[in-house]
Amino acid sequence: MSAHISQQFNAELDLVRSQVMTMGGLVENHVQSACTALVEGDVALAEQIVDDDFKVNALEVTIDEQCTNIIARRQPTAGDLRLVMMIVKTITDLERIGDEAEKVAKMARELAELGESKEQYTEIRHLGEHVRKMLHDALDSFARMDVESAIHAAAEDKQVDEEYEAITRQLITRMMEDPRSIQRGLNILWAARALERIGDHAKNICEYVIYLVKGKDVRHVTLEQMKKEILK
Amino acid sequence: MSNQVKTHGIDTSILSSGLKHLRLEDEDICLEVNDLQLHYGEKQALQGINLKIPRKRVTAFIGPSGCGKSTLLRCFNRMNDLVDSARVDGEILLDGEDIYSPDVDISTLRRRVGMVFQRPNPFPKTIYENVAYGLRLQGINKRHILDERVEWALKSAALWGEVNNRLNDSALGLSGGQQQRLVIARAIAIKPEVLLLDEPASALDPISTLKIEELIYELKSDYTIVIVTHNMQQAARVSDYTAFMYMGDMIEYGATDKLFTNPAKKQTEDYITGRYG
Repeated sequence: MSAHISQQFNAELDLVRSQVMTMGGLVENHVQSACTALVEGDVALAEQIVDDDFKVNALEVTIDEQCTNIIARRQPTAGDLRLVMMIVKTITDLERIGDEAEKVAKMARELAELGESKEQYTEIRHLGEHVRKMLHDALDSFARMDVESAIHAAAEDKQVDEEYEAITRQLITRMMEDPRSIQRGLNILWAARALERIGDHAKNICEYVIYLVKGKDVRHVTLEQMKKEILK
Repeated sequence: MSNQVKTHGIDTSILSSGLKHLRLEDEDICLEVNDLQLHYGEKQALQGINLKIPRKRVTAFIGPSGCGKSTLLRCFNRMNDLVDSARVDGEILLDGEDIYSPDVDISTLRRRVGMVFQRPNPFPKTIYENVAYGLRLQGINKRHILDERVEWALKSAALWGEVNNRLNDSALGLSGGQQQRLVIARAIAIKPEVLLLDEPASALDPISTLKIEELIYELKSDYTIVIVTHNMQQAARVSDYTAFMYMGDMIEYGATDKLFTNPAKKQTEDYITGRYG
């Protein structure tokens, strides 16, 4: 977008936009590290993610306050208003993703404490990589204001849900076969559930990007409707 | 995948940037008002005002018509001396010296504290002579010094690019927004410390208004600026500190971010949210 007469207003919007990207990068990193900690049984790494969640929270509070000040002082309109509104919502989802990553890290810690396992965690590894990529693409579509890649990333949520369901079925089967695996199984299930939720939050961010660029609210509509609305 | 959480690679210094909470306690104070009372005849217009105006910041006075904000502003360069019925008690310190003390030379004071009014008031002279006017009054007549200062002032007022090829045209041919920037150039040509702006944009269109506001933002790196405006949004946009006045009293004074997002007094909240009266 071209510049405002007020250089200061430009600077404020640029700053808050780049802070959202920083927060996004941090959260993406936590998701990835949490999965690594779980798969590799790395307790120290898991602890570090739990300890570092405060940074995500602090960014949310800072960005929120800046958005409040921008609304109070600049009275943003049109695209500027949509940007500020979508940022306020995006950081809420990012903060939740941070919490979910923290949950995965806590599960990683508990699983590691249960001792060595023959479990390969292949599905978790795959699901984790999938949602991390989805989050990455959602943030990338925000950075580039790219509606098509936002729709593409949002569409991934369906596969994420299917993967989660497959993991659930698999775990239930295993737990029925071997009740001694229930504790481990439940922990894995909680982690899978957290990853699935991360997919939902990433999808929300994609919808905000579409709102930002096109001015259309595509929450609570099907993917087909979304494509029809936007790409016509 | 690495076993290290890579948050250390991400620059989280951004955490603390951007949010600079201004606090009066940290500021270098330029103007200090102590128990200032002003009467027009029997009527009391200012009811014992106390406030500190920080150097190289923009301070805005807001409030409904007749609340005393312009009256207070005019006290800072003793404009009220021109009103026969006006009587001032209390003190105003500029860099620690009382501007109402008997040994103060008013023309020196007004050179240090410049003023721009609501309606642009260029003199019926050329653009060049308008800006050079104050300098000539100071006895500066050397052409090359005048040229230099006129160019500098016009550039500082973001007007140079629009008028540099017609400096000898009448100032009255400029648009309202250009005239107002010319008047600001005239005010800063004599390099005052403080710039008083009394509704500087209320007679201008929205684009010219934004240009003046941008100019104010740029000028604050060199000047202490005090602005009176009845446009609250303008105060929110341009100022670092805001004072809300009502019926000659200072109701609330503090950082603009705070005042416009979470005012301390209910009266302030009612006024800025449009629930007044």
